Amino acid sequence: MSATVDAAEVRRLTRELLAAHPPATTGRTDFLEARFDAGLAWVHYPVGLGGLDAPRSLQPVVDAGLAAAGAPDNDPRRIGIGLGMAAPTILGFGTDEQKQRFLRPLWVGDEVWCQLFSEPGAGSDLAALATRAVRAEDGTGDWVVDGQKVWTSSAHVARWAILIARTDPDVPKHRGISYFICDMTDPGVEVRPLRQITGEAEFNEVFLTGVRIPDNRRLGPVGEGWKVAQTTLMNERVSIGGARIPREGGMIGTVARTWREQPALRTHDLHQRMLTLWVEAEVARLTGERLRQQLVAGQPGPEGSGMKLAFARLNQEISGLEVELLGDEGLLYSDWTMRRPELVDFTGRDAGYRYLRSKGNSIEGGTSEVLLNIVAERVLGLPVEPRNDKDAAWKDLAR
Amino acid sequence: MTPQTEAHAPDLLYSETEEDLRSAVRSLLADRADAPTVIASVESGTPYDQRLWDSLAAGIGAAGLLVPEKLGGQGAGHREAAVVVEELGRSVVPAPFLTSAVVATDVLLALGADDGPAGELLDGLAAGRKVAVLAVPFATAPADGAAALAGTLDRTVTGVADAVAADVLLVPTGEGLYAVETGGDGVTVQPLVALDLTRPLATVTLSGVTGTRLAEPGPAAAAVTRGLLSGAGLLASEQLGLAEWCLTETVRYTRERHQFNRPVGSFQSLKHRMAQLWLQVVSARAAARNAADALAAGSPDAPLAVAVAQAYCSKVAVHAAEECVQLHGGIGMTWEHPAHLYLKRAKADSIAYGSAGRHRDAVAELMELPAP
Repeated sequence: MSATVDAAEVRRLTRELLAAHPPATTGRTDFLEARFDAGLAWVHYPVGLGGLDAPRSLQPVVDAGLAAAGAPDNDPRRIGIGLGMAAPTILGFGTDEQKQRFLRPLWVGDEVWCQLFSEPGAGSDLAALATRAVRAEDGTGDWVVDGQKVWTSSAHVARWAILIARTDPDVPKHRGISYFICDMTDPGVEVRPLRQITGEAEFNEVFLTGVRIPDNRRLGPVGEGWKVAQTTLMNERVSIGGARIPREGGMIGTVARTWREQPALRTHDLHQRMLTLWVEAEVARLTGERLRQQLVAGQPGPEGSGMKLAFARLNQEISGLEVELLGDEGLLYSDWTMRRPELVDFTGRDAGYRYLRSKGNSIEGGTSEVLLNIVAERVLGLPVEPRNDKDAAWKDLAR
Repeated sequence: MTPQTEAHAPDLLYSETEEDLRSAVRSLLADRADAPTVIASVESGTPYDQRLWDSLAAGIGAAGLLVPEKLGGQGAGHREAAVVVEELGRSVVPAPFLTSAVVATDVLLALGADDGPAGELLDGLAAGRKVAVLAVPFATAPADGAAALAGTLDRTVTGVADAVAADVLLVPTGEGLYAVETGGDGVTVQPLVALDLTRPLATVTLSGVTGTRLAEPGPAAAAVTRGLLSGAGLLASEQLGLAEWCLTETVRYTRERHQFNRPVGSFQSLKHRMAQLWLQVVSARAAARNAADALAAGSPDAPLAVAVAQAYCSKVAVHAAEECVQLHGGIGMTWEHPAHLYLKRAKADSIAYGSAGRHRDAVAELMELPAP
């Protein structure tokens, strides 16, 4: 970390960027590319890769300065998987060539990423995955991939994917996996919408049939893909705790507004339940705020691993209450037409949608049950479950 | 726009000074107030260890944390006091810190009188020479502070916490707030058999006593409300410390205890319960810190921060203590194991300074979320 980059320097560079590329007269992509090249994309990344080797805590200084000047942003929600998962993994394990090729268009938003990890037979037990990657017989060193992935958000709009596949079935499951960058436009990649409980198809199934991946799109050594994936997954869970959330900033705000505006809906039972959830939502907000302050102070705590659990439960309870509060209107649903949204939207649309969509919050990105195990074992130091899959070759495991 | 947006950005971390204070209090309590000592003392009928209180109050200077330096105190604030309360909760030590050094002290400070009898009394409290308690039932919520100013000096008040340790009672009446010496004529402090063995309750009877009037009814009501608000807010830190002890001990025990040829802590049903509890404890910490910070800053957000903390932390402390008893199995039901002290304290705390339901009512009012 460079000692020379401080808040004043970051402010100076921000002013310089704005002066050279006034947001009012600069195209969106041009501005974002200039911002990347100035090292103001993610200041904690290396110089030349969109950063300044500066402390991560200086990023809000840049963001605030640019927001105040009306600069365009790179739509972090649309490129969330690339930003939150692919980028830190490429930075940690990629070759110089890979970093140069992928990070800039990823950050600018020219190229959307998706994640080909989960499979029909490997959800929480991700390391049990069965998608195979074998060397091509033509001596090019290329890999040929066959298998099926599932729950892939953004696959229908993604240019690239991070992919884990089995390269050695004869060793225990965690040791025979390798990590690749997959071109979603290659022949053999087929994306099919997966219609969900809400009626829409926010996720996809991805079928990989004889997909050729050159060896220079491998991340990390052959057989060490599980270690690489750990970096991806850690970053998935760390991404929470960035911005400050205002009071009533989440779903509880919608319920509170309805309560204030529609006195006819009020009952004593709903009042008690709403107040309990209001308090829990406020406490969850404060817990997230405390985590954010710890990160800024350079004292990251283990709270992050628990926050997802709290938000999943709260979203489910609050959205369930909201449906009941709405009474007659709660019996309705806006639209069952199958759509393929580009974005994951937890809070949009109506109460019925929120209720149904929130059921996924305790499954996606690690089920609440698995997260509780992780908290118990890694935070509290409780003994691990006895397991029989650690030393057996993957090919000998029951599937 | 919500009816009440956050007034200031709270600092929810612990400062270095606060961590130093915590270390000092924790090592004192480890030396003088371990669990067997606390059990022995509650059984002896003299729950308060005067030497321990002297060391804490005067030696560490805990009694005067809230009192400005010019009035003989430490000039610290509620953030620091909350850390002391947290540690006292972690050890369920019988010590009149919350009742005297927080509630009574804040009542006197809120009167704004630097000299005269209130100032003198503050000086004595800050130095740890005297203990004072507010003569209202321990269950009184901050919202009932103004209503507590009724009746005359001649009265009986039941369920007064730490009155048996008090030298002075602060008595709210229709005429204003009075200070009454417990050693004087006409004052009876009758100990009650309390659910919580570590925080004695008493019935106070005043008959023909003469007290010193400290304030007119108007300022007295505001001061009593402020004292109760501080008490409720910092009680959340006590509940946090208590819950954290319960979790830590339960994790330790279930790692060591073997059944079915495995540590019982390796069973998923138990792991999940402890992980859930951990999440509640870290959430309680954020809520308790927020309340302490709002009180320290004199923020207009303080009543809401306190109501949120109490509505949340009461349940966490009780749940932690109940899990502690259950996951210790049979040993959790014994008198020798300290788990019962924590359960009794947690349950009593869930009533103290207003139940969670009372505090949710306060949230409803402050946030304009009215009942039907």
